Amino acid sequence: MTPDIFRILPEVVLTLVGVLVMLTDASMSPKSSRRLLGWVAALGVLAALAASLWQGTLPAGTAFYGTVQTDAFSTFFHVLICGIVLVAILLSIDTLPPDRSPEQHHVGEYFALMVFGAVGMCLLTSAVELLVVFIALEISSISTYVLAGYRKQTGKGPEAAMKYFLLGSFATAFLLYGIAMVFGATGTTEVREIATLLPAARSHLFVLLAFGLMMVGVLFKVSAAPFHVWTPDVYEGAPTPVVALMSTAPKVAAFALLIRLLYGVFPLLHPLWMPLMWVVAAVSMTVGNLAALRQQNVKRMLAYSSIAHAGYLLTAFTGSGTEPIAAVGFYTAAYAAMNVGIFALLSVVGGYDERRSSVTDYRGVLYSSPLSGGLMLLFLISLIGIPFTGGFFAKFYSFTTAMQGGAGWLVLIGLLNSGIAAAYYLRLALSMALPSAASAKAQGLSSVGAGVVLAVGIAALATLALGILPGHVLDAAHAAAQSFAAIRGF
Amino acid sequence: MILSLILLVPLAGAALVLLLPERGRIPAWIALLDSLFTFVCTLHLPAHFVSGRGGFQFEENVLWLSHPRISYHLGVDGLSLWLVVLVGLLAPVGVLASWKSIQKNTKAFYSLFLLQQTAMVGVFVSLDLMLYYGFWELSLIPIAILTAMFGRNLNESSAMKAALRFFLYTFIPSAPLLVALLWLYAHTGSFDYTALQAAIASGSLPSWQLGWVSVAFLLAFAVKVPVLGLHGWLADTFSEAPVAIAMIAAGKLGLYSLIRFHVELFPALAREAAPWMIGLAVIGILYGAMLALVQRDFWKLLAYATLSSLSFCTLGIYGFTLSGMNGALLQTVNEGLIGAALFLMLGVLFDGARSCQIADFGGAAHRAPRLAALFVIASLAMIGLPLLNGFVGEFLVLSGTFTGVSKGWATAAALGVILSAAYMLRLIQKIFLGEAETNSPRIRDLSWQETCTVAALAGIMLAMGVMPTIWISTMEPALQSVTQKILTVDQSPVSTASGTVASASTGEPR
Repeated sequence: MTPDIFRILPEVVLTLVGVLVMLTDASMSPKSSRRLLGWVAALGVLAALAASLWQGTLPAGTAFYGTVQTDAFSTFFHVLICGIVLVAILLSIDTLPPDRSPEQHHVGEYFALMVFGAVGMCLLTSAVELLVVFIALEISSISTYVLAGYRKQTGKGPEAAMKYFLLGSFATAFLLYGIAMVFGATGTTEVREIATLLPAARSHLFVLLAFGLMMVGVLFKVSAAPFHVWTPDVYEGAPTPVVALMSTAPKVAAFALLIRLLYGVFPLLHPLWMPLMWVVAAVSMTVGNLAALRQQNVKRMLAYSSIAHAGYLLTAFTGSGTEPIAAVGFYTAAYAAMNVGIFALLSVVGGYDERRSSVTDYRGVLYSSPLSGGLMLLFLISLIGIPFTGGFFAKFYSFTTAMQGGAGWLVLIGLLNSGIAAAYYLRLALSMALPSAASAKAQGLSSVGAGVVLAVGIAALATLALGILPGHVLDAAHAAAQSFAAIRGF
Repeated sequence: MILSLILLVPLAGAALVLLLPERGRIPAWIALLDSLFTFVCTLHLPAHFVSGRGGFQFEENVLWLSHPRISYHLGVDGLSLWLVVLVGLLAPVGVLASWKSIQKNTKAFYSLFLLQQTAMVGVFVSLDLMLYYGFWELSLIPIAILTAMFGRNLNESSAMKAALRFFLYTFIPSAPLLVALLWLYAHTGSFDYTALQAAIASGSLPSWQLGWVSVAFLLAFAVKVPVLGLHGWLADTFSEAPVAIAMIAAGKLGLYSLIRFHVELFPALAREAAPWMIGLAVIGILYGAMLALVQRDFWKLLAYATLSSLSFCTLGIYGFTLSGMNGALLQTVNEGLIGAALFLMLGVLFDGARSCQIADFGGAAHRAPRLAALFVIASLAMIGLPLLNGFVGEFLVLSGTFTGVSKGWATAAALGVILSAAYMLRLIQKIFLGEAETNSPRIRDLSWQETCTVAALAGIMLAMGVMPTIWISTMEPALQSVTQKILTVDQSPVSTASGTVASASTGEPR
């Protein structure tokens, strides 16, 4: 019998570290550098990652009256989320504004918020009770709202935070309303009980309403069309290192939640939600890619590209059996690696003050800082989906799963979309490759610091490893899917 | 292991170039030595190739991923053998061709150049379709980036446009190709070439979808050749890409894939597509030749001439006669050699004059006698002068078409040969002959490395023209089995695409 506390060990570690960072920040003199806090936070997240891995060795089981469940599924997403947050923190240590600038005062909060966000995201992937799910989602969302508005000096920062907050809380409200409906229909909020009680639910309409409301909430979080409109504005306004985090980790957690809802709560509605996912996937990638084609601002372009990637991810849900869970797991990992990587380099090359923001600003980067440029190229190639990078295998598994589920047309739409997508990724890549007359010296990787080098290194290695030897991660994703299936019993 | 070696040596060379400092000519020397070593390795293949034995040789088969099942499966047969050697040969040629013209950012250039070589060899030796697809896609990246980075940039950002166009032209059709591959995997559970071949031949796959699958394959490859109508990227790439890249961009990959993954994999469906392909090929021969005749820019002239001569290869392939196929494959190799030589020499002219307008030149033979002499030899090979390699290829294709397809098409295609003489001789006359104009641009003669390179290429052209049997005897068994498959399709009771119908009616006498 495992003590309950071990089932939430990573969350406990993260919470303690977050509190420690905040308290230390408060006790430091306002003028001293906060860099150390970043390293403390990074070490804390690393400890949480180790705790998650250790959790993976425990037998699967529930804790706290069946509200939290750890198994291969939760371990997979815990490790992934901790990894992303770790990289994001490492990245922020050196790319945040220099000491003694007005924003410097909040750096301690910044790191604490990142760690607290991780608590919510991790908890979201292991919660099996809908109220815990809701609380976890709120913990993660609120810290992201605050982080999005971190650049208070520019007009766009507060705008981003405000938009994100208003729309986000609206979406969470939908989710909460859905939870209430489910409770009304079944009299419980525990995932497993709901699934068994749903077939006997008093009112079918209630169940459908609940399902619809919850989908609105989750699809907003994964920024799938038509709930995607917030994405470009928020990404543009938020500081680039924060975008590296919030374009990946909360989405990973939200996809875990989506899996939990579709396969855990509503397996009954499979005939209904499969076509729904089909349509949402097709619309998301088409809308995302077509809009990205017209963007000049790199961050907005990548925001639309992330909408398209949500579409490719949703494609996997049209597969049959537990395959989709594994495919989504793998895709989120590969997506996280390449997206964190590209945003990390954008924050180095583009700079915190965003000296470079449009595609043409990146002209000649490959000459002025060959290493950063070359790595950016790697991440762009992975985003296009060229073989031997993580992005290719991610798409490959997602589409193979859909193909085996019989969604051939969706796969065709998806791949034609990746053809369109190649155009705008390549525009950036080739723009970097063009010789530029006035080659302003770009900030290189070597000149910024160890944190960034580590962060980019981890992302690049992960992108390549997932493309060349994806076996281990894929096995872990399959194990996650299996554990999910074993408990669901299908 | 030899095939892995050929794949990995350029890759290791690329890594080495990246790691070592960019001082003096270090990257260029590494690339040269590395590609020469690779070339020696590729020569191992014909030396130890057992001619006449069916199936693949030098096979390597290691499971890469168990789920979905993808193997690292390599092998060559008579079809791919000489193409691997050709790629091996063109790599050092490309390095020497860039020796003078690429002076800055050599690290980026040579590492990407070597990566490109790995990708191309990978395409020719992969026997697992997913692995093949991987190399196929990978081969786009270096060409696109090198075109943007080292393009001639004839006008503002034209190199960028050319790179983008090249990439999208090939990448977008490869999307349906991947769908088709996934569809095949979903229905057969395998990406292995021989397994898929057997599954398709058994006729157990749903027929109308299989038809679309074969169309997706055909489209992806036809763009890469390029076949007439899909050649939009060709002239831009030839005008903009650096010489070493332009000489490998067209032809080989697409033509090989057409034979291997369209004709050999879908014999019945290829039979149906044949009339269209033959029509496009013959029109392509004439269209390319006529456009070449009126170009004022020698890169464009070369692009349309290439379109014309590649269309000969397509014609040979889809005539399904043994001599036509032999000619097509030989012509693919020829085109690679002749194209490389012409590109190298035009590149030298361009670098000296910074102009690609034919009218700007004149009397260049006085100042660059070696260049002029070798250029004439290569041009004559392209025209198809007997005793040079172009003659053998074109003759085999034409005779195959004449006997196996139709006399009319063969006659029309033969017109292309005459036109090719017209445009190449016109090019020689305008650039090299006549009085040297007083205000003609500065041009230099070939350097000793370049002379040796082109002379070696010319020597091979002569050897292939005099003793074509050496090459053909190794190619023929593989091509024989391809034509045999087509013949089987023709003789089977139902020669249409409908595999299910065929399998249902195999018992019925006809």
